[in-house]
Amino acid sequence: MSLSLFALQLLNGVEYGLLLFLVASGLTLIFGVLGVLNFAHGSFYMLGAYLAYWIGERTGSLAVAIAVGIPLFFAAGWVVERLAVSRLYGRDHLSQLLLTYGLVLLFNELQRALFGNEVHGVATPRLLAFRLPLGELQSWPAYRAFTCLSCLAIAAALRQMLLRTRFGMRVRAGAVNPEMVEALGVDVRRLLSVLFSAGTALAALAGILAAPLTTVYPGMGEGVLIVSFVVVVIGGIGSVKGAFFGALLVGLSDTLGKVLIPGIASAMVYAVMAAVLLWRPRGLFGQPAEAR
Amino acid sequence: MSRQTFSRRALITATGAAAASSLLPCRAFPASKGKIRIGLLLPYSGTYAALGNNITDAMKLAARERDNKLAGREIEWVAVDDESDPAKAPANVNKLAVGEKVDILTGPVHSGVAMAMMQIVRQEKTLTIVTNAGAQAVTGQLCAPNVFRTSFSNWQTSYPCADVVLKDGRKTCALMFWNYSFGQESMAAFKEGFVKGGGTIVKEIPVPFPTTEFQANLSEIAALKPEAVFVFFAGAGAAKFVRDYADAGLREKIPLYGSGFLTEGVLAAQGPAAEGIKTTLHYADSLATNANRDFRVAFKKATTRDADVYAVAGYDTIRALASALEKVKGDTGARKELIAALESVQLESPRGPFRFSKAHNPVQNVYVRQVKGGREIVLGVARKDAEDPAFGCTMAT
Repeated sequence: MSLSLFALQLLNGVEYGLLLFLVASGLTLIFGVLGVLNFAHGSFYMLGAYLAYWIGERTGSLAVAIAVGIPLFFAAGWVVERLAVSRLYGRDHLSQLLLTYGLVLLFNELQRALFGNEVHGVATPRLLAFRLPLGELQSWPAYRAFTCLSCLAIAAALRQMLLRTRFGMRVRAGAVNPEMVEALGVDVRRLLSVLFSAGTALAALAGILAAPLTTVYPGMGEGVLIVSFVVVVIGGIGSVKGAFFGALLVGLSDTLGKVLIPGIASAMVYAVMAAVLLWRPRGLFGQPAEAR
Repeated sequence: MSRQTFSRRALITATGAAAASSLLPCRAFPASKGKIRIGLLLPYSGTYAALGNNITDAMKLAARERDNKLAGREIEWVAVDDESDPAKAPANVNKLAVGEKVDILTGPVHSGVAMAMMQIVRQEKTLTIVTNAGAQAVTGQLCAPNVFRTSFSNWQTSYPCADVVLKDGRKTCALMFWNYSFGQESMAAFKEGFVKGGGTIVKEIPVPFPTTEFQANLSEIAALKPEAVFVFFAGAGAAKFVRDYADAGLREKIPLYGSGFLTEGVLAAQGPAAEGIKTTLHYADSLATNANRDFRVAFKKATTRDADVYAVAGYDTIRALASALEKVKGDTGARKELIAALESVQLESPRGPFRFSKAHNPVQNVYVRQVKGGREIVLGVARKDAEDPAFGCTMAT
């Protein structure tokens, strides 16, 4: 493989990893702070993509989908957290799995009823429907570059929020010791609602951004969910930084696996996960259990 | 009500027994003058639900055109949702073949389910008509006198495409496919034809099923610069691949070919990205024959949906059965005669002329289609009366 092709493949891997990060960051926050194993996270990704399709059909604009989708799914996340997920805090993972898997089935039916079972394509925004030439043969769709930059911007914003704001400080504290945070007078219940809603909105945003790239189809959330769980485990549960580097690692190993050893490409990601866990059993940036 | 049914059934049994014990040959009194029971093993939920429903509705349409009767016997449908799950297939097949004792078993869509089905119906000798699954083995290594297929073999959808690529003057080709049996068989058939015709396969790229992240492999193809690319993807994967291919700027540089499943049912989702793609299949919606036009109008009227290649197989299943059963006067007990009658069936199908090969796979035209203006246009016949080579089938030799 030539050096330029290798560089391009690295770029492909980073791009895939960044998209994964959007889904995985919400998942890791919800898992880390709320202690809830949220299988329904992938459903919000799927519903976000369907919303992008639905709005795209009517207005032809992805920007509208983003503007409508973020508050809509923030609200949806709030409702789901209040009605269902909040009852699971402190329960064992089996009950959580039962409830959130039930939500997956519910959302799948909802999608079937609202949008049908067809495969849909979402048009790339006109402004970004061109290609960036890379050398004489290769080119890279501008929209992919745009999603990369958006994901990087969101990652930076998340980092600023978690490290520099009062809300972020509470979230970090809540992840380590929720009882102490509550004792200090913070309304942890509201904190958790906001966090869950934000995670949901992030997953939906990932779905909306991914829609023009992936096409929209039933069950698209489940595949993403499984890879995102791998990302969370590699990065260390609850660590957004971990989710970021975990996602890049998964994106790169998946891409390079496909190119270099196609025969076992599907196992590549899991092999990397196993290797990371052997080296650091709590993931790259995971906190030891005693610290919680 | 149930008692009444029982007594009637008892009466029929008694009649049958009396007939059997009399000196008259059995043929004069069909084994059963009651309803003819047709088992449907099809997916009604999950990814392939739409396919299962189209096959079923087309079968029922063909039945209604005959007043719901085959050779004078009323049809009783016994449907089981196979969920396209090979793990549940043995239990589901047994339910129909052994439990319900259906006269004829039809289905499935998924090749994995079909393989499980083959194991059982070869043993139980149930008369079986495969309505979609294209696995080579059904009319290859596992072929059996009691098993027919009205759809296609994977070979038929891909081998003829090799000629199309070569005729377009393209001698080097890269292959990309979902790495499971359908994709592998499709690639093997194309490769066989392409190499035989003097072409060279420059690269084979298997992609794990059902991955839809293709960017890395597309960069690879762009670097390889083959003269053509032949792929196997279906459904959502096909929709995404075709869009990614265009997004990567490859559509204008390297023409894309595939079996017809690359564009079937997902043309709308692919949009302008599909423009120009050439595929081969034994059917096309736009096929300009009277049989096709009539069928499509009737199907639309009955279901409000548009007919497709899956519906055609369902439709022909009942038509083939009707024609064969007429010949044996509805006697499903006369197995040898019924099988012989099926073997000699000739239909003017919506897809064109249809008959069974010695291995019981359809002998049918395979068409070259091209996407133009968002529609599938038939360019011509890629292979007339295409017959699957039926590798490993003892009946074919």
